[in-house]
Amino acid sequence: MPMNIRKNIAISESGFIFNPLTGDSFSVNETGLFVLRKLKAEENEETILKAFQEEFELDRNTAEIDLNDFLSMLKSYQLTAYEEA
Amino acid sequence: MKRRKITVGVTGLNNIDSPGPGIPVIRALKESREFDVRIIGLSYETLEPGIYMQELVDKVYQLPLPTAGTTVLKERLQYIHEAEKPDVIIPNFDAELHNFIKISQWMQEELNMATFLPSRDAFEERQKAELNKFGEKYGVRVPASHMISQVQGLKKLEEEIDYPMVIKGRYYDAYIVSSLEQASSYFYKIVAKWGYPVIVQEFVNGTDVNVTALGNGKGTCIGAVPMRKLYITDKGKAWSGISLEDDKLMEISRNIIEKSQWRGGCELEFIKTRKEEYYLIEMNPRFPAWVYLANGCGQNHAEALVKMALGEEVKPFTQYRSGKMFIRYSYDMIVDISEFEKISTAGEK
Repeated sequence: MPMNIRKNIAISESGFIFNPLTGDSFSVNETGLFVLRKLKAEENEETILKAFQEEFELDRNTAEIDLNDFLSMLKSYQLTAYEEA
Repeated sequence: MKRRKITVGVTGLNNIDSPGPGIPVIRALKESREFDVRIIGLSYETLEPGIYMQELVDKVYQLPLPTAGTTVLKERLQYIHEAEKPDVIIPNFDAELHNFIKISQWMQEELNMATFLPSRDAFEERQKAELNKFGEKYGVRVPASHMISQVQGLKKLEEEIDYPMVIKGRYYDAYIVSSLEQASSYFYKIVAKWGYPVIVQEFVNGTDVNVTALGNGKGTCIGAVPMRKLYITDKGKAWSGISLEDDKLMEISRNIIEKSQWRGGCELEFIKTRKEEYYLIEMNPRFPAWVYLANGCGQNHAEALVKMALGEEVKPFTQYRSGKMFIRYSYDMIVDISEFEKISTAGEK
């Protein structure tokens, strides 16, 4: 199942995120913003992983661990929606 | 567009740390695009801050306490009518609504003072003590609630409800308790303040989400804005909040307003659980103190209520802005003793 960011989540240029469903707001760093933009553009996880690896010059294993950590954090904060493949 | 001149009487001027909705309602009315509003503040106590807010309140009259009954209230309204000829009265306290509902027809016929209040049945069926029945009737989840008039009732309820439980007053106040001792202590505290019965409610774990809404009494929800409290005072009041975009919550809220044929403003208080289930914990029969947020989100509920009170057709609002926040603040006004003297001795200023 591909992971998508909820459609109504607002992401600002500075990495400030507002979830209008819950009223929660968050700040992410440059790395987080990079991933969030890719998710918002509905890119799949494999494409994001590759881009993430290249952008931050990471080996695949580290990139995968970091990306998965970040995605589970997004899920725990109700920022994501799973859609049937 | 030339704004129509009208006079509106508003209660709930207690803009304190547990504020009444009067001042937010007045601010919304003052910002009306259709009405040029003269405000008659109606107070119960001499230190209600709204009495002294001259930029918002044009004239103030004290009202008899609700416990004095409708005869003295009628006399007072007659007096205010002769002096000010208010077109509309917006009562904002739970405790006074019973009297106003009772005399609303008289007010309209004898004094040409319009109100826009729920029917007596609609008002009664959403009472805290009736919450179980209300939930069943309108198909909304509610926490199990019991009404008790004796402290021994708490012991019996331990068999039905697990701790923590919530102990509530008939009109205001709610405390979360974790033991029989705590529950008994709050039972007496609430009885001393609000009288019997005391409501004992199952505690539902989750996030507080509230909706300020307006019904036309004919089964249409005219407006609704949901909010989550961001900062809560020790009295459990929102000191800051943010408007949400929550379709499920809006659907549940509209459904309640429409099916109950609610007439007037109200506040629906929900708990949203981790499973995204919504439990209605209270339906307050008047605008909440944070109703000005609705105005900030693009829905002027106070203005819409005044129009409906005047017999005008109002179309439902179709949108509002999420991500709008309110942040309360306190402000010290400097008032000469002569102002206090006027309201204390003459009952008007």
